[in-house]
Amino acid sequence: MDLAIVWFILLAVLWTGYLVLEGFDFGVGMLMPFVAKNDKERRVALNTIGPVWDGNEVWLLTAGGATFAAFPEWYATMFSGFYIPLFLILLALIVRAVAIEYRGKINSDVWRRRWDLAIIISAWIPSILWGVAFANLVRGVNLDENHQYAGTFFDLLTPFALLGGVVTLLLFLSHGAIFLSLKSDGVVRERSEALARKFSLFAIVAAGVWAVWGQLAFSNNTWTWAAVAVAAVGLVATWVATGLKRYGWAFLFNAVAVAAAVTFIFGALYPEVMPAINNPANSLTIANASSTEYTLTVMTWVAVIFTPVVLAYQAWTYWVFRKRIHVDHIPEHSSLTFTKA
Amino acid sequence: MEALELARWQFGITTVYHFILVPLTIGLSVLVAIMQTAWVRTGNEKWLRLTKFYGKLLLINFALGVATGIVQEFQFGMNWSEYSRYVGDIFGAPLAMEALIAFFLESTFLGLWIFGWDRLPKKVHLATLWLFAIGSTLSAYFIIAANSWMQHPVGAEFNPETGRAEMNDIFAVLTNNTTLLAYPHVIATAFLVAGTFVGGIAVYWMVRKARVNRDDADIPVYRTAARFGAWVMILAGAAVIVTGDLQAKLMFEQQPIKMAAAEGLIETAQPAPFSLLSIGNLAGNDPESVRHLIEIPGLLSYMATGDWDAEIKGINDLQEIYAERYGATDSAGNPIEYRPNLAITYWSFRLMIGLAVFSAALALAVLWFTRKGRVADQPWLRKLALIALPMPYLAASFGWIFTEMGRQPFVVAPNPTGSDQVFLMTQYGVSETVSAGVVLSSMVIFTLVYAVLGVFWFRLIQRYAVEGAPQVEPAPDPDADDASRPLSFAY
Repeated sequence: MDLAIVWFILLAVLWTGYLVLEGFDFGVGMLMPFVAKNDKERRVALNTIGPVWDGNEVWLLTAGGATFAAFPEWYATMFSGFYIPLFLILLALIVRAVAIEYRGKINSDVWRRRWDLAIIISAWIPSILWGVAFANLVRGVNLDENHQYAGTFFDLLTPFALLGGVVTLLLFLSHGAIFLSLKSDGVVRERSEALARKFSLFAIVAAGVWAVWGQLAFSNNTWTWAAVAVAAVGLVATWVATGLKRYGWAFLFNAVAVAAAVTFIFGALYPEVMPAINNPANSLTIANASSTEYTLTVMTWVAVIFTPVVLAYQAWTYWVFRKRIHVDHIPEHSSLTFTKA
Repeated sequence: MEALELARWQFGITTVYHFILVPLTIGLSVLVAIMQTAWVRTGNEKWLRLTKFYGKLLLINFALGVATGIVQEFQFGMNWSEYSRYVGDIFGAPLAMEALIAFFLESTFLGLWIFGWDRLPKKVHLATLWLFAIGSTLSAYFIIAANSWMQHPVGAEFNPETGRAEMNDIFAVLTNNTTLLAYPHVIATAFLVAGTFVGGIAVYWMVRKARVNRDDADIPVYRTAARFGAWVMILAGAAVIVTGDLQAKLMFEQQPIKMAAAEGLIETAQPAPFSLLSIGNLAGNDPESVRHLIEIPGLLSYMATGDWDAEIKGINDLQEIYAERYGATDSAGNPIEYRPNLAITYWSFRLMIGLAVFSAALALAVLWFTRKGRVADQPWLRKLALIALPMPYLAASFGWIFTEMGRQPFVVAPNPTGSDQVFLMTQYGVSETVSAGVVLSSMVIFTLVYAVLGVFWFRLIQRYAVEGAPQVEPAPDPDADDASRPLSFAY
């Protein structure tokens, strides 16, 4: 098989990894004010992702780096064209990383509340914007004959793209609530279970409308109906599992739905990577955006060797920290304040 | 200002800021791993206290380093899309490898280390810290390989059909002789920064404690750390000098005009003197204004080539040579200035070297005044420690400013012995579709956010350093009911 196609598929895998893993990180951040009513409960929610969120975020860096290496033209056009949404995502990721790490470092309610607010907002922003960005890929944008993005920021905010933002938002909320139902205990768990029930239902509706719309209006292929169907089944199964309080299954089904959604997105693009709606001749395709055969061969070897290793040790991390967290597990704050004793 | 200038400012601001954090993370991760290893092997509690003390500082530093690092990978595509198109076939590979091979290792095992204190067996827990340290040290290799390719492109050819440089040898890219010298130089710098950090803070505490009570039980802890830091400074400092000298010699071959500018050498000379002090137009764009006030005859020839009588080309002759080889005018018909900004290259090069002297002074003073079991209590030593602390950071920043500004007007400098067609002027690398207003807004917002986060970073580091090494709590009873035990660490 053509290596460029292999890398197109590998990118779909990397994005799936990212959205499944950081999806629940964002979900936990967004849900903090709803599942936790005091500091200890907020810490329960935050510490369910504590040991893993940073490793999860590397999936994004890998997807970005792999796009650069395997499809430089795509990387260049997409990152310069989607400048403002990516800039906002970056800001959110910067603030979020610091907020998670710094919130418990000083024993002050004001200090913690402000960082908590930062954690919450910086989870909402990317959760919406990733959907907007992906929907714009599926929908297509204006590209000139040099493959440059020929539009403005506001051209990215079409109804289809905004609905895409709602879809990722609801998927991550549902995903985060299910994750919290699995990993927390006590009141946080109870509230999360109730929310998982709701959001998994909302996600079916929004994702269903968006995927059918995308399939009918923008997909390059009819076989992507299959991906839409799998996603739909996954989401419905997730909802059913939350009703049966089988959250392990719910998490798995939701992950399958995310994978199917990414398959739909990439499948709808294939064989293009960034369709030009103003003139199909200007589209970026797998063929005209990719790196040389040599570079792709090198990168394939690197990916084949290292991806399983990464999966193995990340899986081990989840095993080490498999226990549910309860308010009783949360240690006292460090006593440090800025006013020196 | 145009989008090009703004994009350069943005890259400069975000990169220099990021690199204030990176060397401490790299160096300190290894030093803390050594401390924890010493604790695991000897069972001596002072090493555990030091591990916890410096480990906390490492985490505060790492958080901001990671946060600002994400920007680095994105802004090539956002602000420098034409550069990305031109080099992506080569440059993307080390970036992707960095994420897949190094960043995953770093981030995943750091999470295990932070939260794994009483959850993992002692030795496994120690191994997670080493894997974190290896990950962060390894990440530098890939990014230096990428940067070295911009300084000295190898393993690639220009393809006129696609209009871009294309890779034909990944091993050449990863074993670029520029990389093989730049990497140890950067890593040695990281240890100099971390050694100064560990030693400086420990000296502050040793002197402070000793002035109150010479029998304070904490003094041996800090004395150990001070001497440990001092030895790291000495070894790293020596490595910085050796690799720096070799790198400079190599750079005279690879980017002669950068080095001539760094030395303020305007006209070709044989033998060429080394300038201790030259002054000129501060805008740095007027070679005629340069006056050499203090020079050492022949030294530059020796430093560049190992021969006291060698001819060294000055920037005016090199300008002619470059213009002949790479074109006299750009696509708009303007003459191309191949001479990098003189004031910036000359002074950043000297500040890089000069500021590192503080660490050397501190290290020697510490080793002398703590010799044979002595405890130092000289107030001036504490003052020297605090002055020396930020100096290697500044030196490292000036080193990068020199490396990148000295490469101008190129973003990918031509390789004099490689493919003649593989190079790119900075002005053709900038994104064409991103307006100056957008770049300006993002630059201002990034700068403000970085400034605010920088204040928190500094105050936390300061606060935790002033708190001193924590007392060690007794390890939890392994037979106690595991389910009800609180976490050893939680956010």
